[in-house]
Amino acid sequence: MAFLTLKGVSKEFGMFTAVRDVSLTIDKGEFVSLLGPSGCGKTTTLQMIAGLVEPTEGRISLDGRDITREKPNRRGLGVVFQSYALFPHMTVAQNVAFGLEMRRVPQAERTDRVREALVLVQLSSFADRYPRQLSGGQRQRVAIARALVIAPPVLLLDEPLSNLDAKLREEMQFELRRIQRKVGTTTIMVTHDQAEALSISDRVVVMEGGRMTQVDAPYRLYEQPSNAFISSFVGKTNLLAGTWRRNGTTNAADIGGALLEASAPEIAAGTPVTLSIRPEKILLCDAGAGRLEGRVASRFFLGSQWLFTVETPIGIMTVSTPNLGVEPAAEGSPVGLDWSPDNMRIIAGTAAAA
Amino acid sequence: MTSRSPIPSAPWLLAGPGALFFFGLVLLPLALTVILSFQAYDHSTGIQNTFTLSHYITVVTDGYYLEIFWRTLRIAALTTLICAAIGVPEAYILSRMRDPWRSVFLLVIIGPLLVSVVVRTFGWSMLLGSQGLVNQALQFVGFAPARILYTETAIVIALVHVMLPFMVIPVWTALQKLDPMVEAAAWTLGASHLTALRRVVMPQVTLGMLSGSLIVFGLSASAFAVPALLGGRRLKMAATLVYDEYLQELNWPLGATIAIIVLVANLCIMLAYNRMVEARARRTLG
Ligand SMILES: Nc1ncnc2c1ncn2[C@@H]1O[C@H](COP(=O)(O)OP(=O)(O)OP(=O)(O)O)[C@@H](O)[C@H]1O
Ligand SMILES: [Mg+2]
Repeated sequence: MAFLTLKGVSKEFGMFTAVRDVSLTIDKGEFVSLLGPSGCGKTTTLQMIAGLVEPTEGRISLDGRDITREKPNRRGLGVVFQSYALFPHMTVAQNVAFGLEMRRVPQAERTDRVREALVLVQLSSFADRYPRQLSGGQRQRVAIARALVIAPPVLLLDEPLSNLDAKLREEMQFELRRIQRKVGTTTIMVTHDQAEALSISDRVVVMEGGRMTQVDAPYRLYEQPSNAFISSFVGKTNLLAGTWRRNGTTNAADIGGALLEASAPEIAAGTPVTLSIRPEKILLCDAGAGRLEGRVASRFFLGSQWLFTVETPIGIMTVSTPNLGVEPAAEGSPVGLDWSPDNMRIIAGTAAAA
Repeated sequence: MTSRSPIPSAPWLLAGPGALFFFGLVLLPLALTVILSFQAYDHSTGIQNTFTLSHYITVVTDGYYLEIFWRTLRIAALTTLICAAIGVPEAYILSRMRDPWRSVFLLVIIGPLLVSVVVRTFGWSMLLGSQGLVNQALQFVGFAPARILYTETAIVIALVHVMLPFMVIPVWTALQKLDPMVEAAAWTLGASHLTALRRVVMPQVTLGMLSGSLIVFGLSASAFAVPALLGGRRLKMAATLVYDEYLQELNWPLGATIAIIVLVANLCIMLAYNRMVEARARRTLG
């Protein structure tokens, strides 16, 4: 059931097109992330939904109602701004209460709800402080509380967790997810942290240069990126440029002389292609046993796993292996790389940059 | 690493020219004026070298002077009020304008400062005169011609015109510091444009408005050209009174006394006001 719909939405600032022809349908209660590099138009898209930026073209509708030209104060959406936009002359409690005041919620109920919201963001003891007396992360949480407390049908979050430490960030992600499940709040979150987008969203929208390039569930986005940019932006990957070859029954890509097997029956022989394989899909084995020979150039310990860069005849490959509690191959030692051909993705065309 | 200053007196030497300038052009004349105000004056023999308080007693007991002081205070306060009422919305609109227009209008607002006050005041006297454009327009619409020139109204109109930039600029500066998204945040929380202005924008602007008021009040209370040219001979304000005592009556000590009283009164009002402003600022903005 479509709850929030964007149809062919574009925004031009003078000659510059910040958002180009975005169409998106979001169901009630869905958690959608907008993911993309800095300046790709995420904030602009979010603000068009909030009613703070007027689209140059296209329509936006909410619950069957066209809201393209509706004033922001009539939309009733909860917004967390990238710059927080707290009211500097009001205390934390007054900031959070503002939306309830505008909705004429009775004083007693208002106090209760403000208290609950502050407990949720772990700021109960800061109720009487002014924003300037808070740290960046605390301000960010006030902004979250201020948007949540009005229980809006749609939450628009512009990088709401960017300033929090890892533990708090995880807790807040969990809270956002819990609220969204419990109340059924439709949530759109802007982020440039791919791990965050993958971990809490139902669907991820990838934006590049003002365009929407892929909309998919996190797992599919990770496993089937539609272009080289996405495969390297969402998670790490090894991109290999080469030419497609067919001889008899085997399909393979010719990467600098080495033939790497993969399946993509519809590609004609001779087409330039880019192969993509995730570091965790590659296995390290003894030298001579794998599909490719190499030498460990460096290795990094990441706690739960090891990250290797391996020099091979076809270029540097990144490999990650789980930490099994034993010391793995040392720097400089020769190793073999092996993988299942099913995990080798083919992205037609050449990659811009690996 | 830079080494420490080798001359310990360097700060004094550097501050010297400025201090000398300040002493020579502000403190010295002020001190001389204070001394002058205590010297006796005789119409036939001029300034005497004897100490007297009589000028002060004359000024604070004579209804003629008190009326002029009261008028000065009233006109300055009214001018400040009108400047705030016009200047604050003007600054807000200015801050929300897009770029080519913003520069144009900023120039329009600051432009008058580039023209001499005397020239502008003569302009007003031509507009407001009995056969001026304003009266012609009134007659054209069918009203009786009004006497505007040589009234307090004329003085206030011209003062507002002269002082408006001093209100617009501090308020505009305060608005520049405000993240425009803060107002947007109020809208998304359900506030109408008017409520957002009242609850979110205005409190931020108050400080700029208060400091603007301080400047406008101080300058209006000591304005000379506007009351001299638009108030006529009878409608005097503090500064024109001082001028007349010095140059018409040639009673310099009395003129000095009035000048000192105006200075002290102005200082008291502005310090009290500033106190209030700062207390407020500490509470809301830190
Ligand atoms: N008011 C404006 N006038 C002109 N250009 C603008 C305006 N607002 C945004 N832009 C441009 O539009 C593009 C998209 O901006 P937007 O703020 O949506 O980026 P973003 O994806 O949110 O980036 P970030 O992750 O850094 O926040 C940028 O290139 C920006 O320079
Ligand atoms: Mg942004």
